[in-house]
Amino acid sequence: MIDQGLIDRNRQFGLLAKTDDAAGPVERFRQNIIARDRVFSFLPEQPVFSEQLDISHKTILYVEGVSVSFDGFKALNELNLYVDDGELRCIIGPNGAGKTTMMDVITGKTRPDQGMAYFGQKLNLLELSETEIAQSGIGRKFQKPTVFENLTVFENLELSMAGYKNVWTDLRARLSGTQRDRIDEILNLIDLPEQHRQRAGALSHGQKQWLEIGMLLMQNPRLLLVDEPVAGMTAAETERTAELLISLAGQHSVVVVEHDMEFVRSIARKVTVLHEGRVLAEGNMDDIQNNAKVVEVYLGE
Amino acid sequence: MSRLLSQRWGGAVFLLLLLAIAIGVPYCNQVLAPDHPYYISTYTVTLIGKYLCYALLALSIDLIWGFCGILSLGHGAFFALGGYAMGMYLMRQIGPRGVYGNPDLPDFMVFLNWQELPWYWLGFEHFWFAMLMVALVPGLLAFVFGWLAFRSRVTGVYLSIITQALTYALMLAFFRNEMGFGGNNGLTDFKDILGFNLQADSTRIGLFIASALALALAYLACSMIIRSRFGRVIMAIRDAESRARFVGYRVEAYKLWLFTFSAILAGVAGALYVPQVGIINPGEFAPLNSIEAVVWVAVGGRGTLYGAAFGAILVNYAKTFFTAALPELWLFALGALFVLVTLLLPRGLVGLWRRPARSAP
Repeated sequence: MIDQGLIDRNRQFGLLAKTDDAAGPVERFRQNIIARDRVFSFLPEQPVFSEQLDISHKTILYVEGVSVSFDGFKALNELNLYVDDGELRCIIGPNGAGKTTMMDVITGKTRPDQGMAYFGQKLNLLELSETEIAQSGIGRKFQKPTVFENLTVFENLELSMAGYKNVWTDLRARLSGTQRDRIDEILNLIDLPEQHRQRAGALSHGQKQWLEIGMLLMQNPRLLLVDEPVAGMTAAETERTAELLISLAGQHSVVVVEHDMEFVRSIARKVTVLHEGRVLAEGNMDDIQNNAKVVEVYLGE
Repeated sequence: MSRLLSQRWGGAVFLLLLLAIAIGVPYCNQVLAPDHPYYISTYTVTLIGKYLCYALLALSIDLIWGFCGILSLGHGAFFALGGYAMGMYLMRQIGPRGVYGNPDLPDFMVFLNWQELPWYWLGFEHFWFAMLMVALVPGLLAFVFGWLAFRSRVTGVYLSIITQALTYALMLAFFRNEMGFGGNNGLTDFKDILGFNLQADSTRIGLFIASALALALAYLACSMIIRSRFGRVIMAIRDAESRARFVGYRVEAYKLWLFTFSAILAGVAGALYVPQVGIINPGEFAPLNSIEAVVWVAVGGRGTLYGAAFGAILVNYAKTFFTAALPELWLFALGALFVLVTLLLPRGLVGLWRRPARSAP
């Protein structure tokens, strides 16, 4: 009852340890099980990502000439976007500029009509499913906080934990001490330690946002796509989110889509402005604010 | 974890009741004299055994509907397929005792002038083979069906409609005489099972206890699944399927295995049902049967497992009572029950005393 295909694919993505290929499948499987703890270290400074991820050119995400149209409406129009490894990038743009569609393309939810999207040099995102993309090291936070409402906060984090996710292993899975510690650590970080037994659906909007960020941290991806992280948060919460995102950059690459200009100003190194499905301008916040085109379509409103 | 506790409490009460029934009912039937006030007739024993099979079917539906949001309106198909597999074994056991006295061919095949057994009847004279098929046939159908449906991301009401179509198509197919399953009349006139006379009280008691045991084991298996991480992933998929995908779960695989397991449980329920009622015919595939089973789960309270089993027993008891006392009122009562439960008790009867918990919203 071992899904050899899945194991092979996971090994291809580097999610399972490389093993002795001369050994039989059962032996290889056993080695994988034993080696899992070593591969999936839960130290926050070691993001989980595919071994195939090749970032030798310092660029972690390539989106080139991507077009998506819905019933004739061009949501993305030959969009080009390059994100460097370890970068914290903010994406702004008026409603309908294609920000969320862009994230959908990167995470495999929407397939573009044309163009290409690569994670590192080698992983063609357009050929992978959402699950494979997630397992290769891209995590996503939705615009509307999306958590598992009928599970507890603790269970939400548990399920988001990076690791080998498979029907058979999950039937028998037990949390190890390290894993528990990791969850506790995240619970403290997102300020929900008292609520860990509470149903996630009973949390406030801001708390759900935090929980979703916590889930992203448990997943510990190499590239984080964060859609409107501070919507519905208080000023203090917003500030903490900014700190958190800044601290994640470096080891992780972070792409933030946000409407809140104050927030963008507080975290941004480099800002990309989208308009009508393509990049209007790119640069640091001051350049953007002084860009005549940007002022016209966005800031000037 | 008070809600986990309440799940375990409910489960413990359920299992204890089941144990009490499994011991008490045979005792009242076998040991007590027929004029004793607590005497239970063999007819009633078989009736309760039938309810237990329905409870097992309800359990299998609750597993996928209550915990994964997959509303199957065609689970009666898996139940009937399990029943047919058992029926084929029982047919082969008749041997030369049929009306036409043919040692190999069941009566309906002699009647159709068939000369030999079709290939798909081979092996059914062996009990072990038939039992294998009881699990394998519904399981395989569910696997293929689920693989296609879940991979294409068919969900919600569309999936319900397709499952309904599945059971309807099977019903039409099994009605045909050329299919070799007895057509309209189905399979009946069973004589014995494993050498025991099906009409004997002791065999009836044996089947009754087997049904109770199957229900208890299935309950334990389901609650183990629900309490594992696999179960939490299943509930996560129910709550936010795309989130589960972006966290890195292969949603299709989780749904597929759960659906297949559920279909096997339904098949086992059908297999235990057939020797007790003595007949299996294409009417068991009727879409209405599957819908009724969903009503049992809704009445009992979905997302609790034991609630579904209670619901099945309760509604069927009411059905037996009404169809005897006020036959013309039963369908109205069933309809009213469903409407009232949906409006007033969205969490089912179990929800009356169980605190809001992890069951479906």
